[in-house]
Amino acid sequence: MNRLETKLSKMKKRGEAALIPFLTAGDPDADTTEKLMLALAANGADVIELGVPFSDPLADGPVLQAAAERALARGMTPGGVFKLAGRFAGKSQTPLVLLVYYNLVLRRGLGNFCREAAAAGISGLVVPDLPFSEAGQLDEEAKHEGLINIRFLSPTTSEARMAQICGAARGFIYCVAVMGVTGERAGLDPAVADLISRARQYTDVPLALGFGIAGPAQAAEAAAVADAVIVGSALVRKIAAADGQQEKTKVAAAFARTLKMAMRGERNVV
Amino acid sequence: MGAKGRFGRYGGQYVPETLMAALEELEAAYHGICQDSSFQAEYRQLLKNYVGRPTLLYKAEKLSERLGGASVYLKREDLNHTGAHKINNALGQALLAKRMGKKRIVAETGAGQHGVAAATAAALLGLECLVYMGEEDTLRQELNVFRMKLLGSGVVAVKSGTRTLKDATNEAIRDWVTNARHTYYLIGSVVGPHPYPSLVRDLQSVIGKEAKEQMLAAEGRLPDVLVACVGGGSNAIGLFHPFLAHSVRCIGVEAAGRGLDTGEHAATLTAGEPGVLHGALSYLLQDGDGQVAPAHSISAGLDYPGVGPEHAYLKDSGRVEYTAVTDDEALAAFALLAREEGIIPALESAHALAYVAKLAPKLPGRIILVCLSGRGDKDVAAVAAMAEVSI
Repeated sequence: MNRLETKLSKMKKRGEAALIPFLTAGDPDADTTEKLMLALAANGADVIELGVPFSDPLADGPVLQAAAERALARGMTPGGVFKLAGRFAGKSQTPLVLLVYYNLVLRRGLGNFCREAAAAGISGLVVPDLPFSEAGQLDEEAKHEGLINIRFLSPTTSEARMAQICGAARGFIYCVAVMGVTGERAGLDPAVADLISRARQYTDVPLALGFGIAGPAQAAEAAAVADAVIVGSALVRKIAAADGQQEKTKVAAAFARTLKMAMRGERNVV
Repeated sequence: MGAKGRFGRYGGQYVPETLMAALEELEAAYHGICQDSSFQAEYRQLLKNYVGRPTLLYKAEKLSERLGGASVYLKREDLNHTGAHKINNALGQALLAKRMGKKRIVAETGAGQHGVAAATAAALLGLECLVYMGEEDTLRQELNVFRMKLLGSGVVAVKSGTRTLKDATNEAIRDWVTNARHTYYLIGSVVGPHPYPSLVRDLQSVIGKEAKEQMLAAEGRLPDVLVACVGGGSNAIGLFHPFLAHSVRCIGVEAAGRGLDTGEHAATLTAGEPGVLHGALSYLLQDGDGQVAPAHSISAGLDYPGVGPEHAYLKDSGRVEYTAVTDDEALAAFALLAREEGIIPALESAHALAYVAKLAPKLPGRIILVCLSGRGDKDVAAVAAMAEVSI
């Protein structure tokens, strides 16, 4: 079991939903991202998902597209992301997963990419444009380096496919809460509870809900049915709106605390 | 084709899990129509009575004489309704969408020819249509934007990334991911995840099938060389595919833009390397990290950093040759065909003609068949602006 599996399975056993905040690496710069990661880890993040900026993020909505553009404009590269991850891993035990589009992995070579990721202390890969039917080779390379290639489920995944996906899953399964791209939505789709309960029939692996979770109320709703809650666009948008590294860090920490409290069912007294 | 949806190692389905159900549904529907004679009859009827097929195979004698060497035949896809080969595919897929019970189609477009074809098919078949077009292309091709609106389609000017075809495709896919249950993605070329490259190739193969029969009737033999421009590669595959089993030389001509050595080009097969974009593994213009590089071509329809996966396979196997001509060479060929034959070609097709102009003098007694994929009316304003002529 790697660090990610150990953490999430322990939390699942004690019935605590995990908070997985997402950040785009290098938005607005590597140093700020590192400070944000440390602040998140100290304020309720159980796992951190770090996005490698890509030129053509077709699974992302406007907020994360803009974050990737900012990060690329400032020169962030996959190599830079590994360095950043390595620095963070030297200071925190919080497990890291990497959100990366497949062409960036392919270009570096599947084996090389996995080796560098593992050396940087990363526990898992989340590749949004690599459905499980295309993932065989990367699964093998990842496993060889002690990494987990995270699986996806969506509300449209067929029963037969779901059984296969769940059968080979480890770490957690990324359940896409909405039809569409990343970005905040007004409410949690009622189909979400159905997706989670369908998946439970096939697996004991923790189920994480992501896409569309805008704030504490939806995070609490998500935590009531899922084992982990992923919050990306809402966090990235708040950070982008804050001025300066200090302010950004404060905003991120406060938002993580609010989310975690809401997920625990505690009342957030402002 | 080897493994599922693969041309050699190329192709595949590199899409978010949310789209897998939509692709499974499309694949089943595609296999259904291949065996459904009523669908084929309806499609053929529309090609004949609405599009105006078969298109002419025209012997360009004056051009051939001027070039001195091979005889040049033009497959006149410019004479199709809406002015390009794109309608062959758009009508077929719109019919398929309707059979699948979809009420809405989305499409991406570069030069606007596919957008116009999709909007036309949607109008004819009573489907709602939304076309995504890069903001830069909406400016280069204002006339086509207006045509699409006139046809009752919505047009979204895409402002992300390089604001061209690549970004329009990203945005169309994002719409599709969101609305897959009732929306059909009508892709415009032999790109995208399986089964699109095969589906679009099958629909465009009408070009090659007709050309083969027409050439046999005209000359009693097959041509020696086929030439077609390659952006995504649909007119080229459509022409080449029925000839691949014969010993006919096939040449795909890409856009070398300002020159291959300037880095400002769209010559994906000539200068790119394997990568994944828009759901398929194929050749790709990219940097050392795998970030997609911006393409450049004077022709909006070729201004794309990817290419259809079957072309990648045909390149590696050596069955098809790929080469590239510059913006300037294409512009010269644009003017040449207008002067010699009284036919104004699309800037995309002018790339194929530019290569023919180089090749024909070296092949006396041979027959070259070139796909004139579209007419140039849409490009006249842009060419005039470049020549600093006000019209």
